[in-house]
Amino acid sequence: MINHVDLSSVLRQTLACDLYSNLVTRPTGAAVRGQIEEMLSDSGPRALTVIDFSHVSMIDLSCADEVVAKLLLRYGAENSAQEAYFLFRGVTEHHHDAIEAVLERHELVAALEEEDGVRLVGTLSNDERDAWDAVCACGEDGGDSTEIALRMGCERRVAEELLQTLCRRRVMMRVDERFVAVGTSRGG
Amino acid sequence: MTTVITVPPSLDDHSFEQVLEQLAPLPADAKILLDARHARWASPFGLTALLTLAQTRSERPAFAVPELEDTASYWARAGFFHHAESLYDLHGSYPKKWEGGESNSLLDITAIAKSSDVHDVVGRVQTRAKQIIASELHLDTKAIIGFTMTLSEICQNILEHAGQGGWVAVQSYRWTKRLGRRVVVIAVCDAGLGFRKSLESSPGHLPTSRWDDAAALEEAVIRGVSRYRDRSRGQGLAGARNYVGRWNGKLSVRSGTARISIVPSWDDEPPLVEGLAPFQGSQVQVIIPEAVSGTDK
Repeated sequence: MINHVDLSSVLRQTLACDLYSNLVTRPTGAAVRGQIEEMLSDSGPRALTVIDFSHVSMIDLSCADEVVAKLLLRYGAENSAQEAYFLFRGVTEHHHDAIEAVLERHELVAALEEEDGVRLVGTLSNDERDAWDAVCACGEDGGDSTEIALRMGCERRVAEELLQTLCRRRVMMRVDERFVAVGTSRGG
Repeated sequence: MTTVITVPPSLDDHSFEQVLEQLAPLPADAKILLDARHARWASPFGLTALLTLAQTRSERPAFAVPELEDTASYWARAGFFHHAESLYDLHGSYPKKWEGGESNSLLDITAIAKSSDVHDVVGRVQTRAKQIIASELHLDTKAIIGFTMTLSEICQNILEHAGQGGWVAVQSYRWTKRLGRRVVVIAVCDAGLGFRKSLESSPGHLPTSRWDDAAALEEAVIRGVSRYRDRSRGQGLAGARNYVGRWNGKLSVRSGTARISIVPSWDDEPPLVEGLAPFQGSQVQVIIPEAVSGTDK
């Protein structure tokens, strides 16, 4: 299931006010996240949610922490009841610094949809990045661990481990035996 | 008996210390008159700190307004008298009407008491900040985004830690005396808990052998420690510190009897000043200077 969250609409509902398009303050961020979580609770065991920043003028650190970091922390936790994935759309320089800062603080990673594809931001090891690049290079259907290992020039076991890590970090999906990057055709 | 406290002719974060030094020997309920008759200029810090000072007094203080018409008019346009009327017994003549929109003010003095006030402040500042930072300070777009973000975070500090409302003002002016360049200045003052008490209220707080206002400021501003155990907290001031570092600006945070500053190359203030006259709450100032051609952009 794919959900689409227009953050500016959620913001307006949260504040009950049409005047503001800035995602600022921790209470606002917590309220916006609450609405996203409520929507996710009806989304089944596995869902991809597109979080759209297109109509958000700016976001501050506190709000980015509540909306982006805490969402990823909750659904990336081992005991998460849902397999939820997130793709961040419409992120511009007006949002980027705040999002990157909170991701780094919590050692998180997020998939950002950009004009020329999907890019990972946040804290990521070089090996994880190589694995991500290898999966993206396989195209929209992704690849299995043998194929990825070949592309990475490493043992299958090593590739499998890295791919599992990316799955746990919710930027990669496992579809049967194949690994698909969040935001590519089959991954969103 | 009423004690007269003289307000210096030029009132900024440094000269405001003269006001606090005069107040230091007096109990909170002493009758005081702040004499600003000879004041000619005040920075956003000076004006917001004057309002804050009134909130620290248990006996409503009196205030003699500047005699110079231009000064009184400027303070009125910045919203000072509008707010001061509820805190001081004002003496002297001053413009009663507050219309806002002072030409070099990005944000007139504004009370911050709830989350929606921060939304309001950010919304009001955004457009003018864009214009002033780009066309007058000659800094790029990233500086505008960071400026609004910093303003938002510093205002939220009041809501999160002060335990009561505070004041914010943002102005742009040519700082001839020290820099000879234009600057944008954010001042945020409150008479709340202050950093030391806020950190002491943390459940896991263990005071070090040297635990005082200066140590609390070092913890909060330099090490990003917050009274909340949550790892998410403490990012606001860290963000402000990074922002001033990126744009060659200055961040000063005063609380209790100490002031800590992130000092740029154009300033010579010591990074940490201890043993100041006590002042309740927290007072934050951010100064972003105009870019020197070829740098800072």
